[in-house]
Amino acid sequence: MSVFPWVAWYALRRYTAYPLSSVAESVTNTAFAFMRAYVLLALWQARPALGGYDVTDAITFCFLTQAMIGPVQIFRGLELSDRIRSGDVAIDLYRPVGLQGWWLADDLGRATAELLLRSGLPMVAGMLVFTLRPAGPWALAAFALALPLAVLVSFAIRYLVALAAFWLHDDRGLQAIALVMSLFFSGMILPLVVFPGWLGGIARALPWAALIQVPADIYLGKRTGSDLVAALGFQAAWAVALLAAGALLTVAARRKLVIHGG
Amino acid sequence: MIEVAGVGKSFTVRRRAGRIRRSRTTVAAVDDVSFEVAAGEFVGYLGPNGAGKSTTIKMLTGILTPSSGSVRVCGLDPSRQRTTLARRIGVVFGQRTTLWWDLPLRDSLTLIRHLYRVDAAAHRARLAELTGLLELGPFLDTPVRQLSLGQRMRGDLAAALLHDPELLVLDEPTIGLDVVSKATVREFLARLNSERGTTILLTTHDLGDIERLCRRVMIIDHGRLAYDGDLSRLRATVDAGRMLVVEFARPCPPISLPDVIVERVQGPRQWLRLPRTANAAAVVAALADRHEVRDIALRDADIEDVVARLYRQVGTLAK
Repeated sequence: MSVFPWVAWYALRRYTAYPLSSVAESVTNTAFAFMRAYVLLALWQARPALGGYDVTDAITFCFLTQAMIGPVQIFRGLELSDRIRSGDVAIDLYRPVGLQGWWLADDLGRATAELLLRSGLPMVAGMLVFTLRPAGPWALAAFALALPLAVLVSFAIRYLVALAAFWLHDDRGLQAIALVMSLFFSGMILPLVVFPGWLGGIARALPWAALIQVPADIYLGKRTGSDLVAALGFQAAWAVALLAAGALLTVAARRKLVIHGG
Repeated sequence: MIEVAGVGKSFTVRRRAGRIRRSRTTVAAVDDVSFEVAAGEFVGYLGPNGAGKSTTIKMLTGILTPSSGSVRVCGLDPSRQRTTLARRIGVVFGQRTTLWWDLPLRDSLTLIRHLYRVDAAAHRARLAELTGLLELGPFLDTPVRQLSLGQRMRGDLAAALLHDPELLVLDEPTIGLDVVSKATVREFLARLNSERGTTILLTTHDLGDIERLCRRVMIIDHGRLAYDGDLSRLRATVDAGRMLVVEFARPCPPISLPDVIVERVQGPRQWLRLPRTANAAAVVAALADRHEVRDIALRDADIEDVVARLYRQVGTLAK
């Protein structure tokens, strides 16, 4: 058997090893969900039907996306960045398996762990306080495909950012830019449906839309039929393109490699 | 087992040379190094920090591609056939770990079994053997983050040896270990080499490792191989002796005594090098006769002294 399922399984165990810290993060996500919810509530009361959402859509979007922060990893990069900076990546590069596959397996295990430990509380809290839109069985099934695709695209982006550390002596600037991009263009700060004109068009075409906006729309039942296929296709296409870019960059990184710290 | 012929590795370093312009300089980390290691040998690879030891090891394991020359390990080209090679060699980077920080040691070793595709029965036997030899039993089920450095190092050694490699490459495996842990690790390595016939290449700053384990020593400095041969011959050629640090009551001119070389003078302090054959007591008595002595310290020359001295006599060493 390939080693990758084991890597994913170990990552899952590693990320569930400290449940208290996961609960703390989950509480934070939930607290911010309420703050966002009241801002969105004010916005949609002033502008009903903004971007094709009603108030219930907007509130559901808010709690759902707060629940997705953990698995889709909006705020953090890959641990690989630290390992490149410290030189521990030598260990990763020496292993008889590919670097990207190894870290992808690790990230899938991590995402599963965070889905289990961090995603429940925001959804339950939202349902208790507000009326959330329940997803139909088809929407839920489609969402179950869209969420792993969102994790794949998220991984692919974070992997590219991490690999840049092989070329940059300090990657903190790039990490900061990556954070802003993923917060803003995923729809995390404001749903991308409210972005007007060409800005909205661009935002919805960029890969970050595949992280939050597209899966959330699928959950809300905004994408059905051929539109649903297009939405999943959009996510899959970005995943394939970015993972391929990551594979090419891995080859280039191996070729030029300077491992910091001997 | 290892054939290295005329290998060099250079890195490009960019420096600011004005507001926008950057100048590029090429730094040779390893320069025209050649050596061979036969199956069953136990070779020590020494050199000061930045000498090129780790770079050499990274080329041998396929992590770095040489800029020039050729490297063959187990008959393979490391950078092109890295994956095949990794299944036949074991590597321990003393300052890094292959183990999972948050999980028990046993779990890391299980994952490594899958990484190297060792079948379950062979793994069980090998793990039992290594557990006995490295005394892993008491902490097999402890999370790695709770292990002491000595325990972690033994765990890393087990991880590198589970797939029974022909060649073991160790990059400073005893760094930071206490005397007892060092002894355990050295004892284990000696047996691995003599009983199992595993070829071992060891880099270290610890002369004790070398003295205890290696018949053959290679020394690298500034990227070039400065010595390759017997340990005993190295000792004979390079008598680095001992260092006597004397603090006089007041600054005085460099001491002139037979057999004594003044290495450094700093205010009232002088660093005197004594050959191994010199009588330290007599030297101290002679010093006290001439000047008022405040303090005295005597220590053995360390690896840096040996290498530094080696470099001054590099012409007299037959390669």
